Amino acid sequence: MYSQKVMDHFMNPRNVGDLDIADGVGEVGNPVCGDIMHIEIQVQDNIIQDIKFKTFGCAAAIATSSMVTEMVKGKTLEEAERITNRTVADALDGLPPIKMHCSNLAADALHQAIKDYIARRNQA
Amino acid sequence: MKEIYMDHSATTPVDREVFEAMIPYYTHEYGNPSSVHAKGRTAKKALEKAREQLASLINATPREVFFTSGGTEADNQAIVSYMLTNAHRGRHLITSAIEHHAVLDTCEHLHKNGFDLTVLPVNSLGLVEPEALRKALRPDTILVTIMHANNEIGTIQPIAELASIAHQGGAAFHTDAVQTVGKLPIDVKAMGIDMLSASSHKLYGPKGVGALYIKKGTRIKNILYGGPQENKMRAGTENIPGIVGFGQAAELAQSRMSDLAEYLNGLGKRLRDGILESIPHTIPTGEPENRVPGSVSVCFRFVEGESILLMLDSYGIMASSGSACTSGSLDPSHVLLAIGLPHEIAHGSLRLTLGKDNSEDDVNDVLEVLPKIIGNLRKMSPLYNGGGSS
Repeated sequence: MYSQKVMDHFMNPRNVGDLDIADGVGEVGNPVCGDIMHIEIQVQDNIIQDIKFKTFGCAAAIATSSMVTEMVKGKTLEEAERITNRTVADALDGLPPIKMHCSNLAADALHQAIKDYIARRNQA
Repeated sequence: MKEIYMDHSATTPVDREVFEAMIPYYTHEYGNPSSVHAKGRTAKKALEKAREQLASLINATPREVFFTSGGTEADNQAIVSYMLTNAHRGRHLITSAIEHHAVLDTCEHLHKNGFDLTVLPVNSLGLVEPEALRKALRPDTILVTIMHANNEIGTIQPIAELASIAHQGGAAFHTDAVQTVGKLPIDVKAMGIDMLSASSHKLYGPKGVGALYIKKGTRIKNILYGGPQENKMRAGTENIPGIVGFGQAAELAQSRMSDLAEYLNGLGKRLRDGILESIPHTIPTGEPENRVPGSVSVCFRFVEGESILLMLDSYGIMASSGSACTSGSLDPSHVLLAIGLPHEIAHGSLRLTLGKDNSEDDVNDVLEVLPKIIGNLRKMSPLYNGGGSS
């Protein structure tokens, strides 16, 4: 049902946890649906220096969260913004069709974190 | 890796003895019971022996037992055919909110086709309140269908009482006993059951066989059209090897029922108590004492069921869940919602159903691994605040 890459990221998720100091925070989903993705980023010189996630959800939710953190670490904000839920799923060699909709929100959480970072920066 | 199978409510392995009883009916006693010749007669004899074995298990007479392709077909026939055959007396039927989809969807199908349907709620333990049934009965109610025990939460309904109330209201009583036949004593006469559905593969028999008990005198017909098999109640050449296996499994189940129930009750209680003691924020589901033997069902807060199942699977432990991801829809199981659990808790459900081959060691292994798995998933969960108050 799941690709080997999904199972790898699910069983050994990368970048789990919280940052000591987060420059931007994003959270999508809700507990009623059974998926919540929370992503924190640390940004310096327009580059995502560090990123952590916490996710409540199924294997697809956890794997997509893990994958998105791996994909954007060290990337510029513009590069990170170009990542979509679809490219995350592709990087995991695909997801079962039913998971594409409900558990594939990690890129949305990342984009929210970037938005949050930009809003904070503009306020400062 | 050691395999620990704890999903016996989903299906069971075929007993060696059962399998061996089936083999000749595939290889050399392959006759069609409708045939006149020797092979046909041998098959017919085997069919009737199996009917006696199953009848004995539920205290029916053999003529009241009809073999089907499984529990689902038995449920479909009981409900659809009873309603169609008796529609001149009324068009209302009653069921419960925690039925298996084989019953619920069948009732919904009738509802969409002009019949009236009442779906009774259950209390937080998953029990249908007898008083609720009494109030739901109407002059045009002709059928009440309520499962004997629930497949997800293990709760056993007061069937004799519910059947008696149905009869007082002039309705027939059907029960889906797929989870209990062979596991709990069933006496269709003493319990006042008019129709009962059973499935072979839940009691160490083969898949693809079930049965419908129909009390003598109950007005019901076939739903499959064709040959006159099963006394014209079920068209289609009988699955003789499967039926032989079902009969053998029924006989075995009867001989070991009380010992096995005692063993599984003890093992199940150890597992359940162990889980509740070692894992905080765990909510047991279903009736705590009066349960299907060996059925353990809980919800872990802050984590999701499919993740638990896949983590357990990586240790060779096989279980199931009623979370949305495992129910194949966007909602968690209708049973967990019906007992009043909020969605976010229902998503964290785990069902471990023990069987005759599970050992104390199996339970110990699960109790060692499960707290780690839940702990790791909670560490990953944004809903979990680290074990403080919640």
